[in-house]
Amino acid sequence: MPDPEENWPEANDNAEEVREPDSLPLDAWHRASGARMVEFAGYWMPVQYEGIIAEHLWTRAHAGLFDVSHMGQLTVSGEGAVAALEALLPGDIAGLAPGRTRYSLLLDENGGILDDLMVTNRGDHFYIVVNGATKWDDIGHLREHLPDAITLNYLDEHGLLALQGPEAAQALGALGLRPAFEDTPALSDLTFLQAAPFYWGDVPLGVSRSGYTGEDGFEISVREGDLAALADALCARSEVKPIGLGARDSLRLEAGLPLYGHDLSPETNPISAGLSFAIGKRRRAEGGFLGSEKVLDLLAKGAPSLRVGLALEGRQAAREGALVLAGDQQVGAITSGGFSPSLNHPVAMAYVSAEHSAPGTALTIDVRGKRLPAKVVPLPFVPHRYHR
Amino acid sequence: MTTYYTQDHEWISVDGATGTVGITDYAQGQLGDITFVELPEEGATLSKGDAPCVVDSVKAASDVYSPVSGTVAEVNEALADAPELVNTDAEEGGWLFRLTLSDPAELASLMDRAAYDAFVQGL
Repeated sequence: MPDPEENWPEANDNAEEVREPDSLPLDAWHRASGARMVEFAGYWMPVQYEGIIAEHLWTRAHAGLFDVSHMGQLTVSGEGAVAALEALLPGDIAGLAPGRTRYSLLLDENGGILDDLMVTNRGDHFYIVVNGATKWDDIGHLREHLPDAITLNYLDEHGLLALQGPEAAQALGALGLRPAFEDTPALSDLTFLQAAPFYWGDVPLGVSRSGYTGEDGFEISVREGDLAALADALCARSEVKPIGLGARDSLRLEAGLPLYGHDLSPETNPISAGLSFAIGKRRRAEGGFLGSEKVLDLLAKGAPSLRVGLALEGRQAAREGALVLAGDQQVGAITSGGFSPSLNHPVAMAYVSAEHSAPGTALTIDVRGKRLPAKVVPLPFVPHRYHR
Repeated sequence: MTTYYTQDHEWISVDGATGTVGITDYAQGQLGDITFVELPEEGATLSKGDAPCVVDSVKAASDVYSPVSGTVAEVNEALADAPELVNTDAEEGGWLFRLTLSDPAELASLMDRAAYDAFVQGL
């Protein structure tokens, strides 16, 4: 058997030089918590603690704590920041009210996807969270395109924790967070894709009700030096356990959420990827963002291939790269796939040609020469349970 | 009955001309939760180093190599419904397949338990 760690999908396939992974601020905390560490996005990260299936099911039933401090936390500020961001992002940034968070994309001039991200209007600036493996390229892209008058700041002294699951609100609520300002909401008043500043004792926290599991939950930006204390306080609650990257991947797959570097890349575009919702209504009419010509053309004419969900029979999983066939004709390829612990059968996401993308379409997947029957199903595989 | 080990973390337990093959407890721990095992066909002829078997865990699929040459005499049917046996009982109930050895001299190149344990210690 080969070293299983070699099979862990690397997000930094394009890394130009081989270098030793960096350690995240919670490195010792993870190791002390029994994590198995793997290299991911240039960092040592916890892939699992007690086991992926147990951690996955725990998060769906209770609350899981994820250290996602490898992700890039950026701020954009200055006069004209709205227009500057709208020149790059397809989303309606002008219509993003203070305290609101939205999913968006960085696109190249051909409409190819450079990254996906979350953007929050924090009142006097925009706060953006980008993927860890792409953050340096994203910073370069933003700096290249943003006018000099716009300040781009990388919050490299902040970590990011995600608390996810039906008991996340109860667990975070028990810490007694105070709204940072008189006019900012209480934690219990935050709904999905709302964000607000809080104090935990004298520790400032930036909290959004969001995540990457399909469950209710929060993402919490915190100063590096306060990370371990916050992680300890949350994991002291009986409903919270630390969860590794392995379950993060299986949870987001069940939730139908694409993973950059796998389901999204410069060769994909927002229409093929099923992310048209990220293109604001006004932006569809007006265009004016990098790649808009191509993207709006695809939106009008339809994309030749589409990201779909595939449910497999049996127990054998189909993984990234496996070919999807209709009869003997190749009609697509898997971009993410694995065993679904919640559904107890394998699921996958694939790009298939539009004429084979309707739910219910029967296809086969070539896995090492064996043809596995699969059916196109609507995404998500497991219903979202956001707190709206 | 003597059990031998490979650097790829397979074990083979030999009784006369028959060898039972599985993956070691260390290997199952590294792979994590096993969700599916693709077994060889009975009667298949294997050369040492062939990969007749794939163990799927939540995160990856890993080949299992045949420690020696031979013909597949039996496969562990229980794994079809209970692949997690490889996690819970890797070195007994979680066996994968039985071989009729065609060249028992190949066993000499494998490790005994003490050598394998030392090898794992060094990883």
